[in-house]
Amino acid sequence: MIPAFIVENSPALMVIVPLVAAFLSPFIGRISSMVRSIWVGGAMAVTSTIALILALDVYSAGTRLYVFGASAASAAVPPDSGGIPIRIIFEIDQMSALMLVITAISGFAIILYSLSSERSHTGLESFYTLYLLMITGILGMVSTGDIFNFFVFLEILSLASAGLIAYRVDGGVAVEAALKYFVLSTIGALAILVAIGIYYGQYNALNMAMIAARMQFSVLDQVALVLIIAALAMKCGAVPMHFWTPDAYSMAPSSITALLVVASQASLYGLFRTVFTLYNVTLNAATVGWLIIILGVLSMVVGVTMAIPQKNVKRLMAYHAVSQTGYMLLGVGVGLAVLGNQSLLDAFGYMAMEGGIFHIINHAMYKGLLFLTAGAIFLRVGTYNLNRMGGLGHSMKWTMVFFVIGALAIAGIPPFNGFASKLMIYESVFVFNPLLAVIAMVVSILTLASFVKVFHSIFMGPALPEYSGVREAPMPMLVGMGILAVVVILFGLFPGIVVESLITPAAHALVDQGAYIGAVLGGA
Amino acid sequence: MDATSTLLTGAGYWNPLAWLLGLLAAIIIAWLIYSMGEKGYKPGTAQAEPFISGNKEPEKGMVHVRAGNLYWGYLEALRGYYDRLVPLHSGNLHDYILWYLGITALFLVLVVIIS
Repeated sequence: MIPAFIVENSPALMVIVPLVAAFLSPFIGRISSMVRSIWVGGAMAVTSTIALILALDVYSAGTRLYVFGASAASAAVPPDSGGIPIRIIFEIDQMSALMLVITAISGFAIILYSLSSERSHTGLESFYTLYLLMITGILGMVSTGDIFNFFVFLEILSLASAGLIAYRVDGGVAVEAALKYFVLSTIGALAILVAIGIYYGQYNALNMAMIAARMQFSVLDQVALVLIIAALAMKCGAVPMHFWTPDAYSMAPSSITALLVVASQASLYGLFRTVFTLYNVTLNAATVGWLIIILGVLSMVVGVTMAIPQKNVKRLMAYHAVSQTGYMLLGVGVGLAVLGNQSLLDAFGYMAMEGGIFHIINHAMYKGLLFLTAGAIFLRVGTYNLNRMGGLGHSMKWTMVFFVIGALAIAGIPPFNGFASKLMIYESVFVFNPLLAVIAMVVSILTLASFVKVFHSIFMGPALPEYSGVREAPMPMLVGMGILAVVVILFGLFPGIVVESLITPAAHALVDQGAYIGAVLGGA
Repeated sequence: MDATSTLLTGAGYWNPLAWLLGLLAAIIIAWLIYSMGEKGYKPGTAQAEPFISGNKEPEKGMVHVRAGNLYWGYLEALRGYYDRLVPLHSGNLHDYILWYLGITALFLVLVVIIS
């Protein structure tokens, strides 16, 4: 049904389509804004479709290898290369496929929303170019099997993100937020580049499978590991390197903030890929695992406690994004801490990892939804200040419904998706260390308290006279929010199916270093 | 694949559809209790107006409790914690960079030297 050419070349196409569309977008936009909207919407739809086709193929047929410049995937290691895979290779296993699903759904929902929310703004030729470059960067980061290529896509993502954070200017405040993000991202990227140099100097390779196969965990490897962990933990907003997050998330347009959540998770993916695929059992799993757990606990606690007193709804949500990242770090960190012990891994390690990984996709959906509702409210009332809002439930009923769905999901209230992943984390982490599970549950209660405040402040109370003319958000924005809300509900109602078909294969693919290496070097 | 989507969590299980059935039963019971309540309530009459110790009801816009007034007690109780935590979020890029470099240095010590 789907042309074989599309399926075979889907790894390349899903990066090429948004990349080409991004650079043609300013030219297309000169025809008319309507044509540009159709162009970027169509490009994102095609990109999402290709990414989903690829993900489906990976989940049904196993890891996909795509070797750029070779006639076939079996030519990953050219005969005259000394046994080293010198070409750029995309290696998409089930963990990568899960990230593709997240990006495809979020990217499409957000572009639908953006076409309406940004309609009245100037500079849209840059906006959509940078948006599609962000998509390119994220898809490349989660697909590539080459660590230098990962760095390149990370840089594409960072540059495009910085441009979009500064997009509204906002008296220079948005530009300042973008500058902070950009400087920190650049320093982090430099650290990653040094780590890549260390690998190349030692192993004469940039291919991740090759580096993993030759990994010695020497002192230099340990230095490289720390450089990558710290940089990517900072990029995903882990405390105490999270300071850029509330600044950048609150100043970017809401649609971009929703995509920044996915971008942060691409960094989280890079972190997990590094520790599990590049190092795996060679590293001191208990030490590194506990470092990630501590980052997770700090992120959960500091994130939620900083969220509660916030008056700006987007800063508040940004701190919650930090807090939720903590759950992912906690779950996967517990899995890492027991990586060398198969019985503990089977007893609760895999479950903790599955909980953390399930929370990645859940968080992308409900936090994206919450940021989009914040954008819809801003569009109508012109402020993010909670002290100036109230009674909007009378006039923005659908936005309120979507907000409630997102808020209940992030607070871990059944039957929404956040509950299912948090339950998996609570129960598995409790076996590892009961105190950590208790902290995670208390953080959920505080999250609920925080969103009760937000819900009351925005939607409850009598209709305020100053907002008497407020109308519901435009239909395309509601459709964008609706897509994410439906996913939140479906993943909440059928968690067993989601975990069995998407999450468990992803967790096992992440742990199975041998399979990742074998896909590239198996025939060499 | 389990069509009812029971999620096994290692120590237990979670079935949202069964939970929804339980919720539905609870709503029906609550409605039955509600339906047995006072029948004389007439919305839109003086009966439904608030009684504020005989004082006149303020304008609608004045009675909404704003976000800044919520959780005052919680914030007061944790004042010591917030007095230390909030200033760390200085907004100063130099501080952000120092935190990042400091954590990198700490991790280097923990991973490379100690472990």
